[in-house]
Amino acid sequence: MVLGLVATCAPLGDSCLARGMTAMRPVSLAHPSALIAAVFTPWIGAGIALLIAFFASYLSALSWADLTFVLPATAFGNVTVALISRFWLQETISLERWAGIVLITLGVGFVTQGPALTERPAPISANPPAHNAPLEDPVTTEAQPR
Amino acid sequence: MMFTGTPLPTTPNPWTASAMIAAIILTSTAGEVLTAAAMKSVGDLDVIRARSGLMGAIRAVLTCPLFFAGVSFLAIAFFALLLALNHLNLSLVAPAAASLTLVTNAVAGKIFLKENVDRRRWAAAGLVCIGVYLLAH
Repeated sequence: MVLGLVATCAPLGDSCLARGMTAMRPVSLAHPSALIAAVFTPWIGAGIALLIAFFASYLSALSWADLTFVLPATAFGNVTVALISRFWLQETISLERWAGIVLITLGVGFVTQGPALTERPAPISANPPAHNAPLEDPVTTEAQPR
Repeated sequence: MMFTGTPLPTTPNPWTASAMIAAIILTSTAGEVLTAAAMKSVGDLDVIRARSGLMGAIRAVLTCPLFFAGVSFLAIAFFALLLALNHLNLSLVAPAAASLTLVTNAVAGKIFLKENVDRRRWAAAGLVCIGVYLLAH
């Protein structure tokens, strides 16, 4: 469910940002304040709200799984958007895009069949590790995706 | 309803476009690696929430300095994305940034986070990378 939320909110948020930014006048690096003003437009605002929901789910996933597990798994959002555009918006999907859908699905299937987390040896001390504790040598564990 | 926004300005030259996309990739990779390291040091949020409630989980995240370093880089990546979307087509920026970020994150995850990036994960990153490119090209 957490990975599903990540996969849904991110592409929808990006689409809102794209629509909002293409509706604006060109922004140059000489006037970066225009980018700040963009944050308060409706489409960019909606995009940011969706991306906040994405980020909360993403942080939750990263707390129990590896980055190299979470990122490919959440790329399934691209497939979701393509299928929505095909079956809801009645858009045509080329053979090339179907091939892309198959490859992403295969990749996500690959990674989710494996362990989600690289387990590290527990610290000898009974105290919890500090935030900046160095990372030890990795050992895989069979933690399952949620 | 058809979207009738302002048309994109003249497309920047390939070097400028590459620099814009590279800026997104580098800053988002740095942000994601730092954020992942922060969340690993915080621990499982579901466990923390069960023990200390939602506020306890939020407090655990917000008191981790690495988290703010990660978020700072992600914020820079966000504004780099806005800038790129303002000058380049989404169909170029989204697949290029998304697919290349997967590869840079796999490398960075192995080097900096010491994650066990086995053949299965490399294969998944490669398949998803090509898939994203084909899907959005």
